[in-house]
Amino acid sequence: MNRSITESRTEAGAIRPASEGILMNDGTQASPPPLEVHDLTVAYHKRPVLYGLDLTVPAGSLVGIIGPNGAGKSTFIKAVMGLLPLSCGWVKIFGRSFRESCHRVGYVPQRESVDWDFPVNVMDVVLMGRYGRLRLAQRPTRQDREIARECLEKVKMLPFANRQIGNLSGGQQQRVFLARALAQESDLYLMDEPFAGVDAATETAIIALLRELKLRGKTLLVVHHDLASARDYFDMLVLLNMRLVAFGPTNEVFTPEVLQTTYGGRLTILTDVAQTLGSE
Amino acid sequence: MKRVSGLVLFVGLAVLVPDIVEAARINEVSDSTVLDRAVRFFSFRDPSLRNALAGSMLLGVCCGLMGTFLVVRKLSLLGDALSHAVLPGVALGFLWNMSKDPIAIFVGATIAGLLGAGVVQLLRATTKHKEDAALGFVLASFFGVGICLFTMIQNVPGGNKSGLDKFMFGQAAALGRGDVILLGVVTVLALSAIVIFYKEFAITSFDGGFARSLGMPVQAFHYSLMLLLAFAIVSSLQAVGVVLVSAMLVVPAAAAFLLTDRLGTMLAFSAVFGMISGGAGAFFSFVGRNLPTGPFMVLAAAAVFALALFFGPRHGILSRWWRQSTRSARIARENALKAIYHVLEDEGFETEQVSTRELAERRRETLEEAQNQLGALRRHQYVTMSSDGGSASLTPEGWHRACEIVRNHRLWELYLTNAAHIPADHVHEDAEKIEHVLGEETVRMLEKRLNYANRDPHGRLIPGLEDMRFEAMRHPRATGFGSPGGN
Repeated sequence: MNRSITESRTEAGAIRPASEGILMNDGTQASPPPLEVHDLTVAYHKRPVLYGLDLTVPAGSLVGIIGPNGAGKSTFIKAVMGLLPLSCGWVKIFGRSFRESCHRVGYVPQRESVDWDFPVNVMDVVLMGRYGRLRLAQRPTRQDREIARECLEKVKMLPFANRQIGNLSGGQQQRVFLARALAQESDLYLMDEPFAGVDAATETAIIALLRELKLRGKTLLVVHHDLASARDYFDMLVLLNMRLVAFGPTNEVFTPEVLQTTYGGRLTILTDVAQTLGSE
Repeated sequence: MKRVSGLVLFVGLAVLVPDIVEAARINEVSDSTVLDRAVRFFSFRDPSLRNALAGSMLLGVCCGLMGTFLVVRKLSLLGDALSHAVLPGVALGFLWNMSKDPIAIFVGATIAGLLGAGVVQLLRATTKHKEDAALGFVLASFFGVGICLFTMIQNVPGGNKSGLDKFMFGQAAALGRGDVILLGVVTVLALSAIVIFYKEFAITSFDGGFARSLGMPVQAFHYSLMLLLAFAIVSSLQAVGVVLVSAMLVVPAAAAFLLTDRLGTMLAFSAVFGMISGGAGAFFSFVGRNLPTGPFMVLAAAAVFALALFFGPRHGILSRWWRQSTRSARIARENALKAIYHVLEDEGFETEQVSTRELAERRRETLEEAQNQLGALRRHQYVTMSSDGGSASLTPEGWHRACEIVRNHRLWELYLTNAAHIPADHVHEDAEKIEHVLGEETVRMLEKRLNYANRDPHGRLIPGLEDMRFEAMRHPRATGFGSPGGN
């Protein structure tokens, strides 16, 4: 367990971000990593919720963020995008600040974060994914609508394009949010609990979509609450509990010791996981 | 877009219309009957009346637009708090040079309103209070300060204090040309801001976190919305009054919300409802002599809301009731058809006629009830009645529909027992409901899933597509779908 912690510590212990360009042997510059976080610390009302996170996410990886309730999973995602003020540390996205790279970041907020009675239909919401590419006061173009339609098609929600968003099931709402993120045509996706409250069929469809994005070279960070499926879904895991407990390839960090540290004291979950691990 | 440009045109006209000629205040005209006054109102000859009407309608548009954002953002109470918070500003604006100078009052009231909004924000950020307590505190305390200042002004000698009391409940008749121009400017400002930055206002209202992740200046749009809201409230005070301006913000928007699922449409509806309410308020206030305008505007808006609530095409109470009753009538018809099928089935499909008595016995009802049901079926051309009215036979449509319902029922029972492993004696109640809502597509899927089985869990025939042909009625099981039933 400690191995992975030390590893990420040393790696990020470098004084300057790797993203400023590593000169390769052949003289070309490696493209900066999609996400690099150094000493990220966030506090709500002076009560720290995340301490000193260091991690560098390689391009083209599907990363799960797991940890107990209140571990700061959502906070981490929000802090990366600058939606919450950092107490200290920095975040680089493709080697630049979030503000400079925000057009390369797609975001799926938690489903509860919006009012589903809002007077918009499914198409309106997906079109919002295109707003980041439009200038101030510029209306979405025909092409934007076309892209939004394609994204709706991809999540199989096109028949519902004119439906008011409140008249959808939880799984459908989640797919609308996903379509909106797809419409952003980003390189890095940050998703906050995209599997929350969805049925099994939707969950399968969503994970297939995430894998497809990964194969196309996109990087995805996904907050996930179900330990049992985390191991199958993600090729890398971030284990959070106010601190970074571990970060690395799933088969290396998904060990009883790491999970014990992450979920320390929560015996019920531990027992569950022990059973999951034992049964395989 | 067309609707919006129409609104712009209206606003422009309304600003230009008021005459410069100073005429008698409309509330000083006292020598006519209600009817005379109504005629006089609609002749639009009186310049001060035109001021009152144009001002009231403008304030309706302006409040309707801003109110829409309050309602969709669930900030309706903020409108209430802000409108009360501006009162001390009005008083201070008056004290500036002891006269009712629209500009001084506008500036004073806006500052007070923004101060109120700031205090709400501060209380939320620095204490553990939520929005409601902060709003309640600001509303009451600012209003209290305002009342104190007003009492002080009444006791200070000098100055033209007439009409200052109108700020409480509103008097459109007291609107001067300056007030109307101010309202026009604010309305044009709000309208153009919303038209130009529609996309930004929509997304920041719906999903602020996502908007920020796109790099949008969400706070800037929030504050400009608050500023426009303060402008709308302050310029409307004279006509509708401090106490009720919040109703003009919320009620037309709430009515519009009942009628549409799109923000753009809601804005347009809300603006039109506000305009109508404003005009109606001015009218009743004029006809009823000297009555305050605010309450009438709000009553008119409430009437619009009630109309939307009852007669809205989709969410209206009336249409919902209508849909529900047509649906239960359809279900009753389908159940009667099913009963006819059962009677025919019990007789081995030997006859085509079902007597009223048989149907009544089957459904454990009185003869009269059975007769009523057959009457309903006849009106929908599902059955034809014999000449003495004692028995009925199914038409091709009736046979087809009856088969569909029976098929739905039995397919569903079979599905529940086979696929969901529910005991056969537990599935009937569920199928009774499902049979009326299964669509053709689902039926195809069920049939496929059940391997085109033709017997339900109780061993009875499940009618197939072939059986539904009218010619098959006498021999519904001669089509390859299994052997005779009735056992």
